[in-house]
Amino acid sequence: MGVISAGTTLLDAGALDSDVATGKMTLIKTLTASNSANLSFVHGASSVIFDGTYDSYVFKFIDIHPETDDAKLMVNFRDGGTAYDAPKTTNFYRAQHGENGSNGQQGYRTDDDLANSTAVQPLTMDIGNGNDESASGEMTIFNPSSTTFTKHFCATSSALYSGNFAMQSFAAGTINVTAAVDGVQFTMESGNFNGVIKLYGIGA
Amino acid sequence: MAIISNATTILDAGAFSASLGSMVHIKTLTASSSGTLSFVNGASSVVLDDTYPIYKFLLFNIHPGGSSELTFNASDDGSSHAYDITKTTTHHYTVHGESGGSGNQYYVQAEDLAQSTAFQHLMGGTQIGTANSDSHSGELTIFNPSSTTFMKHFTSRTQYISSSSQKYQYDAYQAGYFNTTAALTAFQFKMNSGNMDTGKIKLYGIKDS
Repeated sequence: MGVISAGTTLLDAGALDSDVATGKMTLIKTLTASNSANLSFVHGASSVIFDGTYDSYVFKFIDIHPETDDAKLMVNFRDGGTAYDAPKTTNFYRAQHGENGSNGQQGYRTDDDLANSTAVQPLTMDIGNGNDESASGEMTIFNPSSTTFTKHFCATSSALYSGNFAMQSFAAGTINVTAAVDGVQFTMESGNFNGVIKLYGIGA
Repeated sequence: MAIISNATTILDAGAFSASLGSMVHIKTLTASSSGTLSFVNGASSVVLDDTYPIYKFLLFNIHPGGSSELTFNASDDGSSHAYDITKTTTHHYTVHGESGGSGNQYYVQAEDLAQSTAFQHLMGGTQIGTANSDSHSGELTIFNPSSTTFMKHFTSRTQYISSSSQKYQYDAYQAGYFNTTAALTAFQFKMNSGNMDTGKIKLYGIKDS
């Protein structure tokens, strides 16, 4: 049975009509950290999709709150094995400004980039662990399932540093493998963390 | 006919009342040794008008035929599609080599535009690598292109590996405005020399309600 409203077919033959505009940003998985060492999104595990189903994937990290004062949120990728150790070349810069009006500045951070390294990549600057301190932001990864090209990612975040600074960060890079990337893991620079990370797929 | 479930109106008056998501896919164009990829309102199912207040292009693995840079421009003439809108833009990037050198941030005066009709570069001042695994990805957002009151703003951020032997990783940022109050009805992407061997560009509309 079709559903026709005001002369417009909206539903028929078990599906939305093709003229009905539907959103293409699909929530795949929400993970919640509670004094957790890591949050891992692995294709095929716990209903996570991270393959060629979508051309790009967006992670939203919301109120990441470290147990250890002034720790950065970090990310790494796995490329076929079980280890999160894909080689990456990355860039990182940040802008900052204090609550007291001081130290408004921006600059590139050589301490937070990687040169074809398997190490974890910072996504934020230092996050304070005061009760109201956290970081939020997002990271996009393009075509992670490609077996032809290396993979690009970029992230933007805002963090509250324990010294009462607003810290805006811009991280990006190339995952230097042609194997499919099938897992993403978030950790802290040190210690455990709390917060929510959501994975979305961007469809065609 | 309305459909109401548990006191919530799901659909009525020829449209869904329930949210079906706000990021709507409009069109995918795939390059295959292509000179240009063009999105023209009203052609080939492309919508680029006041249907959406924001449009987003996602760029996937643009791989050039030879060392070159990806560029874009817009048209406001509605018919002949001359891609020659006057723009004032900014352009900066961060860069870092695979060998660990040159980690830094730069503004690129050579690739910003000052009231120019030229195509805007979407890269950081060097060309995309041409190795089989090299490509260029990112996104470009256009705000309210159909306005006939305001100029039109855009922002973009893209990533790529350069063609140099150092294999520099670039994170490039561009922004600016199309200095016209005419509606923009088409956008075109092309390399500054040669063709796009492969790659995809997807156009999405972002709903405001």
